[in-house]
Amino acid sequence: MVTSLIRRTFQALIVLFAMTAIVFVGVNVIGNPVDILINPDANAAEKARVIAHFGLDKPLWEQYLRFLGGIVQGDFGTSFVYNKPALGLILERMPATLELAFTALFIALAVGLPLGLYAGLYPNRVSSKVIMSGSILGFSLPTFWVGLMLVLVFSVELGWLPSNGRGDTVELFGVRWSFLTGDGLRHLLLPAFNLALFKTSLVLRLTRAGVQEVLPQEYVKFARAKGLTERRVIFVHVLKNLMIPVITIVGLEFGSLIAFSVVTESIFAWPGMGKLIIDSINLLDRPVIVAYLMMMVVLFVVLNFVIEICYTLLDPRVRLNARD
Amino acid sequence: MSSLLEVRNLVTEFAAKPDRPGLRAVNDVSFSLERGKVLGLVGESGSGKSVTGFSIMGLVDRPGKVTGGQILFDGVDLVGLDPDAMRRLRGRRIAMVFQDPMMTLNPVLSIRTQMVEAIHAHEDVSERTAHERARDALGQVGIPSPEERLASYPHEFSGGMRQRVAIAIALLHKPDLIIADEPTTALDVTIQSQIIAEFQTLAEVSNTAVIWITHDLAIVSRLADELAVMYAGRLVETGGVSEVLNTPRHPYTRGLIASVPSQNRRGERLRQIPGVSPNMADLPQGCSFRPRCDRALPGCLSVPPQVPEAGRSYRCINPVMEAQA
Amino acid sequence: MTDLPVPSEDLPVHAEAPPARFRKRLRQFAESPGAVVGLIALAVIVLVAVLAPLISPQNPYDLMQLDIMDSRLPPGSQSFDGLPYLLGTDSQGRDILSGIFYGLRTSLMVGVVSAIAAAIIGTAAGLLAAYLGGRTETLLMRLVDLQLSFPTILMALMMLAVLGKGVINVVIALIIAEWATYARTVRATALVEREKEYIEAARCLRLPGWRILFRHLLPNCLASVIVIGTMQVARAIGLEATLSFLGLGASVTEPSLGMLISNGYQYLLSGLYWISFFPGIALLITIVAINLVGDRLRDILNPRNS
Repeated sequence: MVTSLIRRTFQALIVLFAMTAIVFVGVNVIGNPVDILINPDANAAEKARVIAHFGLDKPLWEQYLRFLGGIVQGDFGTSFVYNKPALGLILERMPATLELAFTALFIALAVGLPLGLYAGLYPNRVSSKVIMSGSILGFSLPTFWVGLMLVLVFSVELGWLPSNGRGDTVELFGVRWSFLTGDGLRHLLLPAFNLALFKTSLVLRLTRAGVQEVLPQEYVKFARAKGLTERRVIFVHVLKNLMIPVITIVGLEFGSLIAFSVVTESIFAWPGMGKLIIDSINLLDRPVIVAYLMMMVVLFVVLNFVIEICYTLLDPRVRLNARD
Repeated sequence: MSSLLEVRNLVTEFAAKPDRPGLRAVNDVSFSLERGKVLGLVGESGSGKSVTGFSIMGLVDRPGKVTGGQILFDGVDLVGLDPDAMRRLRGRRIAMVFQDPMMTLNPVLSIRTQMVEAIHAHEDVSERTAHERARDALGQVGIPSPEERLASYPHEFSGGMRQRVAIAIALLHKPDLIIADEPTTALDVTIQSQIIAEFQTLAEVSNTAVIWITHDLAIVSRLADELAVMYAGRLVETGGVSEVLNTPRHPYTRGLIASVPSQNRRGERLRQIPGVSPNMADLPQGCSFRPRCDRALPGCLSVPPQVPEAGRSYRCINPVMEAQA
Repeated sequence: MTDLPVPSEDLPVHAEAPPARFRKRLRQFAESPGAVVGLIALAVIVLVAVLAPLISPQNPYDLMQLDIMDSRLPPGSQSFDGLPYLLGTDSQGRDILSGIFYGLRTSLMVGVVSAIAAAIIGTAAGLLAAYLGGRTETLLMRLVDLQLSFPTILMALMMLAVLGKGVINVVIALIIAEWATYARTVRATALVEREKEYIEAARCLRLPGWRILFRHLLPNCLASVIVIGTMQVARAIGLEATLSFLGLGASVTEPSLGMLISNGYQYLLSGLYWISFFPGIALLITIVAINLVGDRLRDILNPRNS
């Protein structure tokens, strides 16, 4: 277990290192931030001063080393636009994005699991067929358009829910959260549902497929032969086997929830990382872009780690293998 | 004394589509079983012997369904019994051991969980009592250091050990009837013998009735008191083990006995029943064994009735009456 | 050399003759009503996109034809000169219906071009990896793994951050984001094929490497490439629309569907739903139609099912 943990950590570090190189080269080879940073009317001396200030006159490899050194200290450079440390900007907005993504994940599981279970247990019922058709729609509908329609229906026409911002927030552990206030919850609802739509369909289909795979297994029949109640058979014997693939996929997809929050945040003016990165791409604010991308890489590596641990907890067979 | 189990004209069908007659996996099957007796239910794969077992348990897989007959268990008809009443019988008064021990235990639950839940399904005892009973049950079936083994998961056991766990689970509530569906086919010969011996003691000591489903006549001859032979969903012959094995009446039973290796002398070719087992979707008219039978008569084109004889019965209009060679 | 009879150079890859097989597949395809509806819808969409300049009431890209007097008219209104605006107009007096027709062109073009280019690159990479093995394979597949562990939209954003905005860059970003899917599948299929006897036979006959690659390995991977490709067109169209919506794609003067929707967003809040709604419906129908066809293709081209 410990050896495999160390090996994984090592692999993760290599991925991280490779990504720093890819991201740095990509971002620095194309696009010239000088053009945006400096007033076109500025004189040559002024230009040179700014270039030197940001270290843009140095050779690429030196810039990369500086960049690497900075990363190790948590310094991704200073935003050209906000004139603040890039990492700070990202971290400041991260809780909002995480709050949105976690809520969406919760919705996806809370809606997708029961519906998928139902559709898997009673595949021939009309309601199951309706659920499955709905999930195809959930896959096909473009997230951003659904977001607009949610705004149109619930904010504009019905006026039930607000369509932008986080609403009232409460500070907890030094971070502001929306979900702790009624107003914040109301603000959270539409964007979270929007973000959850695709994943709900995914969880639903996975769950259904899992149920149909586990249900004919002999151990389910044996569980029934023991005289267990149908509830125990489904919610312990079937569900626990089914959680393994679901947890894996959901974990892997959590990263894509955060990536897709870019779209949802833009629609609902949710002040998270996603909105920041779009603005930064539009303004070619390189340090922020790089910091965002690196944060995402770190996030994905950490996620993979967490999934692996969950996996071990759920599946005793994996646990044994890891012990060797 | 009335029988513990009396199956009367049982029919179990698998319908391809609802409201349409389907395959009759079990067709007009009747037999009875006393307490403490072992019934060997013998037949080729696909003859309906396992489905008969699952019909008694009320666990026939969809789209299969018991569509006719009665299953009287201790005087109560299990066909059409309320699902919850049926559940309370399962595992408590009628238990079952499955064919493949590698598949019968849930891979993600510990042995302890799977045993304790079986106790709690029928008895409201404390967690601790349940734990102790599970441990003792494991010890009883010969699993060393049962206390530690309780915490294990199925994949940490060998096939034989897993089958012992399954048997321990089946014995937890001291059932009146155990249905053992080829419990030794997937195991090594030595372990087979041990498990068979355990069942024998069990039937004698605790007066438990056993239905032993198998295709292996050799096992049945050692273990069973009664024998029931199935062919294509029908019971073709029943009776006491020694009578049926020594003087089989049905040509199929005779063929089956003749094809057991130990029945053949050295150097002789193994005798086989000519032809192949019938397709259940397209059974021959009348007696299903007719196309493979060397004693077939024109009258075999209609389904033969059950012919009773002292203590036994068979479904054949031209039974083997001469002494066996 | 001996004078053994040399077997026909092209060892049979498929048992049935192509026309018969094609007809059988076609019949299988037609068994699913959903897929047929999807195919018909798709045909209509492609036709509309191709014929857009001929059938559109106006040229939405020609600013001279737009009349600011006609801006933000609801569906069914008439223009200043009496022409009907079936689906209304946007803030610049652009006919929404014409905008959709032209927008479909951009969307389909981006989807098809990026899917085909990604298919070519990915298939080539997958075949090479499977055929060459060794370090090339390890290197290529590590890259594929790395890329596939990130969501497509993140890859696309990363590329746009590097390349800058614009339709061409969106296409490039989509290609770079999607090639890996093909590479992985093609390699997996090719690896299975590589072990089969006819490849062994081809090698024994000393057929040149390219010949084994293109005449034997490639045809067997085509089914999966076609299936992935169909789905990827739909994904690419959706992604392009998303990126355009975020302001990173098509230009304002020649809007794609995503841009049209984005343009309508600010008016949505004041209840002018049609500017965003109808292009969205067009987008939705396009994606669903392609997915229906792709789903059916996957079912019938899956070797396990035939």
